Amino acid sequence: MSRMLTFSKAIREGIHEEMVRDDKIFLMGEDVGKFGNVFGVYQGFLEEFGKNRVIDTPISEEGFTGMCVGAAMRGMRPVVELMYNDFAPVAMDPIVNQAAKMRYMSGGQFSIPMVIRAPFGTGRRNAGQHSQCIESVFCHFAGLKVVAPSTAADAKGLIKAAIRDNDPVIFLEHKLLYAKKEEVPEDDYVIPLGKADVKREGKDLTIISWGRQVQFALEAAATLAESGIDVEVLDLRTLVPLDWDAIVASVKKTNNVVVVSEEIKRGSYAGEISAQIAEELFDELDAPVERVCGLNTVSPFSAVLEDRNFPHPEDIVKAVRRVLNK
Amino acid sequence: MSEKKYDNETLKAFYQTMARIREFESRAADCFTKGMLAGNIHLCLGQEAVAAGTCAALEPEDYITCTHRGHGQCIAKGGDTKKMMAELFGKETGYCHGKGGSMHIADAQGLHSLGANGIVGGGLAIATGSALASVISGDHHVSLCFFGDGASNQGVFHEVVNMAATWNLPVIYLCENNGYAVSTPIHTVTHTTNIAARAKAYDIPSETVDGMDVLAVYEAVQRAANRAREGKGPTLVECLTYRYQGHYCGDPAPYRPKEYLEEGMAHDALKHMVKVLLDNGVKQSEIDAIDAAAKKELDDAIQFSIDSPDPDPSEVTTDVYADDNERSVVR
Repeated sequence: MSRMLTFSKAIREGIHEEMVRDDKIFLMGEDVGKFGNVFGVYQGFLEEFGKNRVIDTPISEEGFTGMCVGAAMRGMRPVVELMYNDFAPVAMDPIVNQAAKMRYMSGGQFSIPMVIRAPFGTGRRNAGQHSQCIESVFCHFAGLKVVAPSTAADAKGLIKAAIRDNDPVIFLEHKLLYAKKEEVPEDDYVIPLGKADVKREGKDLTIISWGRQVQFALEAAATLAESGIDVEVLDLRTLVPLDWDAIVASVKKTNNVVVVSEEIKRGSYAGEISAQIAEELFDELDAPVERVCGLNTVSPFSAVLEDRNFPHPEDIVKAVRRVLNK
Repeated sequence: MSEKKYDNETLKAFYQTMARIREFESRAADCFTKGMLAGNIHLCLGQEAVAAGTCAALEPEDYITCTHRGHGQCIAKGGDTKKMMAELFGKETGYCHGKGGSMHIADAQGLHSLGANGIVGGGLAIATGSALASVISGDHHVSLCFFGDGASNQGVFHEVVNMAATWNLPVIYLCENNGYAVSTPIHTVTHTTNIAARAKAYDIPSETVDGMDVLAVYEAVQRAANRAREGKGPTLVECLTYRYQGHYCGDPAPYRPKEYLEEGMAHDALKHMVKVLLDNGVKQSEIDAIDAAAKKELDDAIQFSIDSPDPDPSEVTTDVYADDNERSVVR
């Protein structure tokens, strides 16, 4: 059985179920209490769980993120929210020097069972400091796991897995997905981290993507199908750990790859995936892997400018045609 | 004379902790100079009383975070010098199995040490979060953060002290003010040389004590711990002390006037404590026995470290994640 839920309500439901199940889980962040977070994910949580478990913070990202690391070292399971992933650089020390490395540096003594929720993504006319996709930064640091769901159903199952995971998980939520209503199963389910999902089966080319760009890839695939091009859309869902087996299976079937993301192209995680495929699956490829990403520029405010700065379905269509020479 | 409040066994225990710290640091320096240790070590010679007095005022279940200059803090909390020295040697038998080294010694279960930290001020948020965990889970442990005068200029200091004050968290901010952030004198980069004054901004109590007097430190931390346990929130305790060595072992510290070291040595915490012990009727032979035991302990710790195996090279990619190391590390 399923019903229609928005992406934000699906995340809310997943966190709610986990908080009821485990009283070591607490929420921390700016405006998460009475306001219920700026995207309404936590509405009603303060009343239900109380101020010890739903903690409104001052605007001190480094401080409260670091405190969550300390609490996690004591066996708590914090879910910390950064209002936008663009604010993560303010909290870079606790994320990359403390949370990511604590298990290793202590020789395995500490677990950091902590989730950092961070809205990300372009297209909302929020300009340079509220519109970034910096997943490659998080993927760079050993010790972090990185998740970026594309559907409401996946978001619910993955947030539950992230909360149950014993490592720090960066959970990236695309802002333009929050209001999207989709089928979400009613039963209590968890989607394991590190499992990609084929969102559309096809035989001619594999589009690898995550987050909102999966939706664009599916639109592009529908357009291409009209001219007889059969595209497979592989939604990574989890960037670290990477489901390499799923990539291998798909590439062996289609022999052509386009990687799509909203990141700045230079230094992108799309580039990392492209490199791994080139290194290890070269013999399976009929053509070089192509990346469809954002430009190497700053996220602009003007709609005219911003629309130039992230991939649209028609950009993906063009890239697929180039790779297939069709 | 506050000393009369203590029986001789207690006074000897304070001295013993300081003597063990001094011996550990002196012998670590010796090993480093001889090329037996790699990397960097930061010695707390001169600051022994701060660690010894502080940890004596804590319960075994209380939590601490240590600094990069943290060997003494770990010993004072009850650290096993064998496992500490083995960690400095990068051996499998060290506290962190050779993965952390001098700047990351931690003992989650035994010492309730949430670790030393290589980032100056890195422990401030961790200790404050530990205090938050105590409030949420309803235990009565106190969390104490060692930090230096240098760390008090990190933004995170102000962020977490503000939160701890606002939420009344059971945390103690223990500043070891040795006057220098690496080579930079505190007064050249800060408008006050009195770190305790910063407590006023967050409306929490603070005090400045002579960090060369182990009993003064002990009593100040005891007051702070009592406040924390009574639910009265955080305290900032500033201990004025001296860093006898440079920033790291081998740093000749040409940036300091020679008066700094002379002043420190004149107030040496161990010398001061020997006088207190003798004044209280403890025999010189008892003091010598403590020194000899510390020397023997470190002989054993160094031999243990030399004899211990290196980590297996395959361990380079373990402990990155709780599970899933193989896949997550390869990709």
